[in-house]
Formats: sequence, C-alpha cells, structure tokens
Amino acid sequence: MTWAPAFLSNPERFMAFSRWAAPMFGVIAAALAAWGLYLGFTAPEDYQQGQTVRIMFIHVPAAQMSMFVYLCLGVASFLSLIFRHVLADAAAQAAAPLGAAFTFLALVTGSLWGRPMWGTWWVWDGRLTSVLVMFLLYIAYIALRASMDDEQKAARAGAILALVGSINLPIIHYSVEWWNSLHQGSSLFAKGGPAMATVFLVPLLLMSLAYMSAFGSLWLVGIRGEVWRRRAEAAALRAAQA
Amino acid sequence: MSRLGALLGREIALAWGKGGGPLVTLGFYAGVATFLPLAIGPEPTRLAAIAPGAAWVALALASLLSLDRLFERDYEDGALDLLILSPIPLELTCLAKCAGQWLATGAPLALAAPVAAIALGANPELAPLIFACALLGGVAFAFIGGIGAALSLGARRGGLLTAVIVLPLFVPPVIFGGGALDAFSTGLPWKGGFAFLGAYAAAALALGPVAMAAACRNALS
Repeated sequence: MTWAPAFLSNPERFMAFSRWAAPMFGVIAAALAAWGLYLGFTAPEDYQQGQTVRIMFIHVPAAQMSMFVYLCLGVASFLSLIFRHVLADAAAQAAAPLGAAFTFLALVTGSLWGRPMWGTWWVWDGRLTSVLVMFLLYIAYIALRASMDDEQKAARAGAILALVGSINLPIIHYSVEWWNSLHQGSSLFAKGGPAMATVFLVPLLLMSLAYMSAFGSLWLVGIRGEVWRRRAEAAALRAAQA
Repeated sequence: MSRLGALLGREIALAWGKGGGPLVTLGFYAGVATFLPLAIGPEPTRLAAIAPGAAWVALALASLLSLDRLFERDYEDGALDLLILSPIPLELTCLAKCAGQWLATGAPLALAAPVAAIALGANPELAPLIFACALLGGVAFAFIGGIGAALSLGARRGGLLTAVIVLPLFVPPVIFGGGALDAFSTGLPWKGGFAFLGAYAAAALALGPVAMAAACRNALS
C-alpha cells in the first residue's frame, strides 16, 4: 500500500482519481449495506438476545470505524507533519468529523442496545468508556482546529495533537479495560476463529465492509471539498490583490 | 545546568510572584472539596466511600487551572521568542517550565490532597498513598497539561480549549491513581496501579517536552 500515498500525493492525480473513486465507493457501500441489512433482518432471532441482536449490524461496524478512522487521522497527521503535504492535512481535517460521527453512532446504538440487554442506557464499563474517551479525543481535535484562524498553524497544531492522541489511544484503551470491564469480549477476533454463527457473521462482515466503503467515499468527498475550498480561497486572494 | 536552574527558578518565581497563583489553585481545590458534601449530602458513610476518589478528581481538575498561563504568559510578552533563541534546546526549556509548574502547583496540591481526603472522611491510613499519588500524578498532569497549553497558544478561547484537549489525556493517570487508592482502601494489592501511574508520569516526562516544543515552534512560526 506504500504506492498509494505516493501516487495520490499529486493533487491533480488525486482529484482525477477521487472524482470517480468517491461515487464508486459510495455505490459499493450502498450495495453492501443493502445486502448486509437484508441478510441481517432475515437472520433468525438470537436465542438470548431476540430481535435486538440486529442492532449489532449497525453498532459493531461503527465501533470498529471509530478506531480505524483515528488510525487514518494519525497517519494523515504524521504525513502532514513530516512532509508538510497539503493533501495529507486536508485528509486529516476531513477524517475527524467522520470519525466523530462514527463514534457517536457507536455510542448511541450501544446505548439503545444496552437498554433491553443490560436494563440500563449506560454502564461505566471499560469498552463503553474507552469509546466515549475516543469521542472526546475527536472533539478535542476538531475544537483545536476550529479555534485557530491561521490555517497552517491550525494544521500543524492539529497534527501534533492527533499524534499525541495516537500514542495515548492504546494506553487509554488498556487503562480503561484494566479499570473495569463487563462488556462481552470480542466475538469476532476470539481465539480459534469467530465465536458467532454464520447467519450473523456474514451480515456483520458485509456491514463492516459497507461502513468501510462509506467512509472511503465520504472521506474522498471531504478531501475534495477541502481542496476546492482552498483553491477558492487562493483565487479570492489573487483577485483581491490584482 | 545553571541555565536550566535559572529557568526553573524563574518559572517558580513567576508562578508565585503576582497574585500567588498556587494559592488560587489551592483555593479552587478547597472549593471543589467543599462542594462535594454540599451536593452529595453530609452522611459520613456515603462521603467516606467516595472521599479518596473525590479528592483525586478534584486534584486533576485543580491542576488544569494554572495551565493556561504556562506558555500564554511568555507568548504574549515575547519571552517565548527569546527562549527559543537561547542555547538551551526548546525541549529542555519546556521540561523546565513543566517542572516549575509541578513544583509550584503540583507539590502544594499534593500536600493539600490528604487533608481534603481526610476531611471528607477517608481513612487517615490512606494519607501517605494519597500524597505519593498526588505527587507522582502531578508530574503526569503537568507534562500532559503542558502539551495542551502549548497547543492552544494563539487560539481563541485558550483556557477552555486547553481543558478540552487535556481531559481525555488525563484519563489514564486518573484511573491508575484512583485504582491504587481504591485498592488500598479495600485491602487489595495497590502497587500495580501505583506503578502504572509512575510509568505514565515517566512517559509524559520523556515525550511531553518534544510535543510541547513542536507546538511552541509552530505557534511562533
């Protein structure tokens, strides 16, 4: 995958690529989501969780994305900090609100699932709390960037914060797990293969892929929007100086 | 070394100089500790159960207070430009600033923490551990807090922004210290949490100045 940043680092090539890739990923995401949701809703009820098991198909991929997007944010920030590349910064800036949205979705669906399963909207359990802290990290990043007028300074400050956050993320995660955990262990990455029936596993994997492509599509759209905005600002500046 | 010593002395003098900053922080700490029984109710059993944790959380909040002046002061009056030009690497300057912050604010807070916890009804046997946790946790709070303070240089709403940036990063030390205190008061092994707290403080001490220096250079670029 090392060729991808090199190939896409040329803004012209990136714009040409993303012009087609963004809607393509969107179509793939819609198709996968339709298929996954269909399988998810026709799957039999879980013997313990009943109908509520279907929340899993929306909840678990969102929780996975909350981590994955922060990873993307960290990598983009690293590239932007080291190589001072504009596109990497645009990528970091576009990833943050998407990550916050996925994290928020994971929190809300988790809460809705917790109500019938645990009898409460929220418990101070390890995994719930670490996702909540993750949400706060996204908010901190967005708030920092939003409160700086100078774009270049905002970009670098944001990149430093994202890297500090990336170093802290595993520490926060394990500290919170160490603190308290009632949450069911991961069924997907359990020892000896996934501990889940195939009827649930297939729609879950489809939904994970759908979320992934949806993120890819929205991310590209976000970066494109950022590139256009910067071009428009540069053009306005030139027009004002002329 | 004498340069670093001078820098450290300057930081402490500045912290104590005008308006007695650490005293304000201690006052805030006392205020938060007073609010808890007012809000929760004065029953000793209920208060005693939360006393160590409450004293610990109030400490984390109080150590946020003086952060916004840590770099902002030098940024506004131009001293930060001079500090960058000095022969001392900026990383070491940041280290000295945070060490000064720790000595000027963290240490008095660490002295106050056992008093607050006992006043809330904690077992007096906890006092040495609360003091040690507060002293060690103060290192983590100062160095992680310094990152937030340096990053929010030149931003609008600096003080509030520092708190928003820093609070999620305070999660591990709050958990480790709170875990050690809780384990000690229930008779469980507490050394693990305390060791984790020390490890986090050491990591913050080592890596924090690098991030702070990068943030300061960015703010002055």
